[in-house]
Amino acid sequence: MTNSDKNRLKDKAFQVFGIFCTFIGLVVLAVLIVKIIMEGASRIDWSFITSLPSRRASRAGIYSAWTGTLWILVLTTIIAFPLGVSAGVYLEEYAKKTRLANFLEINIANLAGVPSIIYGLLGLEIFVRQMKLGNSLLAGALTLSLLILPIIIVTTREAIKAVPRSIRDGSYALGASKWQTVWHQVLPASFGGILTGVILALSRAVGEAAPLIVVGALAYVPFAPTSPLDEFTVLPIQIFNWTSRPQAAFLVNASAAIIILLLITFLLNGIAVYLRNRQQKKIKW
Amino acid sequence: MWLSAVITVLITISIIWVLLSESVKFFSEVSIVQFLTEKEWTPLFADKKFGILPLVAGTLLTTTIAIAVALPIGLTIAVYLNEYAHIRFRQIIKPMLEVLATIPTVVYGFFALTVVTPFLQSFIPGLAGFNALSAGIVMGIMIIPMISSLSEDAISSVPRSLREAAYGMGSTRLQTAFGVMVPAASSGIVVSVILAISRAVGETMIVAIAAGQQPRLTLNPLVPIETITTYIVQVTLGDVPHGSLEYRTIFAAGITLFVFTFALNNISFWIKKKYQEKYD
Repeated sequence: MTNSDKNRLKDKAFQVFGIFCTFIGLVVLAVLIVKIIMEGASRIDWSFITSLPSRRASRAGIYSAWTGTLWILVLTTIIAFPLGVSAGVYLEEYAKKTRLANFLEINIANLAGVPSIIYGLLGLEIFVRQMKLGNSLLAGALTLSLLILPIIIVTTREAIKAVPRSIRDGSYALGASKWQTVWHQVLPASFGGILTGVILALSRAVGEAAPLIVVGALAYVPFAPTSPLDEFTVLPIQIFNWTSRPQAAFLVNASAAIIILLLITFLLNGIAVYLRNRQQKKIKW
Repeated sequence: MWLSAVITVLITISIIWVLLSESVKFFSEVSIVQFLTEKEWTPLFADKKFGILPLVAGTLLTTTIAIAVALPIGLTIAVYLNEYAHIRFRQIIKPMLEVLATIPTVVYGFFALTVVTPFLQSFIPGLAGFNALSAGIVMGIMIIPMISSLSEDAISSVPRSLREAAYGMGSTRLQTAFGVMVPAASSGIVVSVILAISRAVGETMIVAIAAGQQPRLTLNPLVPIETITTYIVQVTLGDVPHGSLEYRTIFAAGITLFVFTFALNNISFWIKKKYQEKYD
């Protein structure tokens, strides 16, 4: 065998290895989904969705968990959306390229890398103790808002960056002020991209359990929350609670709850991908 | 509007302030030397010992396993998609891999505990029900897309001329990839690995579910261990009175974690900044 043959052989071998590696992740994903559906799908019925948690696995449901998740989702959107988008617009359109802007940028990148559980500690001390919000939905939503703020800011900036200069110049040429240009031209043109980023950030928030455990979300909540100051649980925490019990029946419950949680995250991600594709098709600069 | 940008600075300041102020109270009761050198961590027991080393060891163990899984697989995927795969194949596969990153971590924890551990137990005798190995492997699978997509970006931003020169010299695709493209993209690949390490160090739910809650100073992946993040979850799940020493331990653990991830993130920014314009 010549050297060249050997090299070709190695090349082919790596190609096979490459295909193998590419599919390893997908196989794991498939096994995960199949296992969870096989175990949990038969457990999902109307009473599972409308029942409160119970010490008896067969009677337990996820009513308080999914209502808690929905509350958290809505509150987090209300808090994080305006904050994140306005910070993104400010940094991209208004801030001058000074040392301060540079510092803000590094700071935001740093925040994006802080582990979620640290945000939990922040929320525990600031919102739960200092602001005396207790272990409430509001404290949880504020904590998650801070967690996803860097993601929203970064994606907002990317979306705004994609708006071509000519649109701004056209607006200025017609005598529009800076604010009018941003509000009537730049924001509408980049709205699809911004929305995509916000939805992806929210899907991250929906799956978070650790920071909410730290701010004191409870594992056993025998009621559905009715105000932002109520105590709460969310789907990931309910799943964690059921997973850490020894009885097999609770593992089945956990699988069923995971199906619902995955449906929500995949739905949110699906909407985001759809919006992104539509945006890319509709607008050709 | 600048206020909203300033809030991000306030968040950083608050994180540091919260972690520091509670840790300072903690270190007024427990000496920092004891914290860093003692080999046992038992703040919740009657005989209290405050050595962070077992938690650090647990964190490093799961992180090492995760990177040992994710780095070879992720880098191979990046090289394969860039140098070998058809463009259509890449367009289909990339979003599918990204799905791995969107799955909530409790789901991965459930998977590690109920699927991976029993599977590993079938051929590794002596593997405990809770262990670092399966938590680490599953965490590795979770961060594959992080390494593969960041590394792929780095490789694909290497100028075409380098690849063409390699082919012109008669290199195979493999030789081009590992002789030219990967070294040329090394700073981007290193950044992706550092960010992945930082992510693995801060990961909570997988280890809290599947790795156990027993702080021990060991590098044996087959026994239950506890990571820094798991300890924080373990304490906050219970009812620890505000202001007690136990309450402060989670902030001391938190600041340890924060120092690790903060350092890693900033090293990655530094590398990115220093090397990014090499080819422009």
